[in-house]
Amino acid sequence: MLGLEKKDTRLFLIVIGLTMLAPFLLNPFPEGSEMAQFNAGYPDLMQRFVIFGIFAIGFNILFGLTGYLSFGHAAFLGVGSYAAMWMFKLFGMNVVPALLLSVVLSGLFAVLIGYISLRRSGIYFSILTLAFAMMSYALAYSVLATDMDGPDKQGLMQKGLTGGETGLQLSVQDPRILGAKAGADGNTPVPNFFGIEMRSATEMNVGDWVFTFSAGYYFSAFVMLIAFYISIRIFRSPFGMMLRAIKSNQQRLNYTGLNPKPYMLAAFVVSGMYAGLAGGLMVAMDPLAGPERMFWTASGEVVLMTILGGVGTLIGPVLGAGLIKYMENILSKINSEILHQWFAWMPDGLEDLVVTLIYPFIGKGWHLTLGLMFMAVVIFLPGGLVEGGQRIMAALRGRKAKDKKSDADADVKPAE
Amino acid sequence: MGILEVKNVGKRFGGLQALSDVNLSVAENTVHAIIGPNGAGKSTLLNCLVGKLIPDTGSVMFDGQSVLGRSPHEINQMGISRVFQTPEIFADLSVMENMMIPCFAKRDGSFEMNGFGAVRHQLDVIEKAKTMLEDMNLYEKRDMHAAAMSRGDKRRLEIAMCLAQEPRLLLLDEPTAGMARADTNNTIDLLKEIKEKRDITIAIIEHDMHVVFSLAERITVLAQGTPLVEDSPENIKGHPKVREAYLGESA
Ligand SMILES: Nc1ncnc2c1ncn2[C@@H]1O[C@H](COP(=O)(O)OP(=O)(O)O)[C@@H](O)[C@H]1O
Ligand SMILES: [Mg+2]
Repeated sequence: MLGLEKKDTRLFLIVIGLTMLAPFLLNPFPEGSEMAQFNAGYPDLMQRFVIFGIFAIGFNILFGLTGYLSFGHAAFLGVGSYAAMWMFKLFGMNVVPALLLSVVLSGLFAVLIGYISLRRSGIYFSILTLAFAMMSYALAYSVLATDMDGPDKQGLMQKGLTGGETGLQLSVQDPRILGAKAGADGNTPVPNFFGIEMRSATEMNVGDWVFTFSAGYYFSAFVMLIAFYISIRIFRSPFGMMLRAIKSNQQRLNYTGLNPKPYMLAAFVVSGMYAGLAGGLMVAMDPLAGPERMFWTASGEVVLMTILGGVGTLIGPVLGAGLIKYMENILSKINSEILHQWFAWMPDGLEDLVVTLIYPFIGKGWHLTLGLMFMAVVIFLPGGLVEGGQRIMAALRGRKAKDKKSDADADVKPAE
Repeated sequence: MGILEVKNVGKRFGGLQALSDVNLSVAENTVHAIIGPNGAGKSTLLNCLVGKLIPDTGSVMFDGQSVLGRSPHEINQMGISRVFQTPEIFADLSVMENMMIPCFAKRDGSFEMNGFGAVRHQLDVIEKAKTMLEDMNLYEKRDMHAAAMSRGDKRRLEIAMCLAQEPRLLLLDEPTAGMARADTNNTIDLLKEIKEKRDITIAIIEHDMHVVFSLAERITVLAQGTPLVEDSPENIKGHPKVREAYLGESA
């Protein structure tokens, strides 16, 4: 299907199925039940799953295929966000042109950063990308946030290009030459896809369950599916093969008449464009862009997502992104009260002890859990969640094969 | 005039004059061996031919064109392929993929952006890679991880990868170093067969006299960065200076 081989078609269909049914799959617990807090099927979080999925898919094209570890990919996320915001402010609230500008601008930015950073490899490349990202952060935070209108004017550039610490926001005074300045309610207008508002949603009640279908989620999910499809094509293309060859042995590649530089730059730019797309989508879901989106922790997060899910695998980065965002939003909500409720059946002393032991790993301490998980994955499962899944499958299959074999033995024995 | 003309090449590393006044002419369609004791500058000379090092003085002409100042991939595209002392292959890729990469390089040049077409639809490249692997008796191993192959097979694969580019000059740096006798003999046979089948010039650096005298039509002896003599194998064997400088210690 779509020019994919069988195995990849199956994977793609599974991913389509999962993303389309996500509002059901992520809401397995009935509303009002004690477990409902583990439901992840609300639009805001589902959008984050797919948007960070795109970010990680793109990062994996660079890191997974070529082995070059960029530590500054959040810069492109930020550029994408600011680009989309300016599109909203200047032209109109349709998300398509906004996303196009996000992708183009972050791509151009990636040409510049990539061209310079790729003069070095290994740790020096990582440091260079980190330096560029932190410079971008500083630019967004202060340099580009100075008043560019002049002291007595309150215009568009009152807070510069980026809005500084508070970020870039929509205002009813924005020109928006191709659309309404304000929404129907007089407030700032809402991003839309040819009229379909991103924040619109319908709810469906089935018994005690409530499922929410949000336009924003489905739009983001479609974009992610396209991004995922393109990534499969890249992985299976001659270009993808060259990138893996670069990771494997650059010396041999040189002496095989191939020039690694343009291949690397192309990979870097494609990967930067994915990040820009993700940044643009964030703004399309929630029109506000701040400099913290470019901070080094954001660059580090996508590295964690990719490694946790499985570097160099097709689906791994999406899984990693989902897991981290789930932990960030769900695990962090559990507090000691909830823990006490769970362990109320224990004798008092024991209950307190258990709660005290678990407490550091939940709520704000979710980072601790993430850190431990990350260590465990790097040490025991270098292939990430994907390798974990493969091992489980192999074990199950192995047991099945064994069962069959003992069945066969059992069949033979009576005949003796 | 030879296909490769090295004139007055000198190369200094800090205080060490690794090469001085090297003149070498390799005639087209011959096997030319460069021998010499350890540290004589053989690898350094080879590195000057493929763009890994730039000599301080002198000129290197391949087929009438200077290679100096060009990067390794450009020199390779001119028609010079190189086999390394320890096999350099794409260890993380399959044997078939290893074979396909030089076929792509031959077909598309040093850079071609094809990020959307599937590798499995590149039938001409697949066909060529398959033929090369069959020629080298590696076809049964096509799906193997290249890293998992034996040293001898890695060497075969590396040579096959170089040949897939249809080079006019094949450079080999001690291709049998560290090999068992059987593997060494296989490599000799392989190189003989290659020479018989194609129009190719081979320049080989070798330590093993058995290999040199089985293959070479012409031999240059390098000592302390300078060519001592250049002659036919028969004359080299009997040359007193050579026996003294080199053969005496290892033959
Ligand atoms: N990159 C380098 N930097 C400094 N010295 C080098 C370098 N490469 C080779 N040499 C020195 O140059 C001399 C010749 O080395 P090489 O060409 O490897 O000899 P051979 O291959 O004949 O054994 C040796 O003394 C070696 O130590
Ligand atoms: Mg050497």
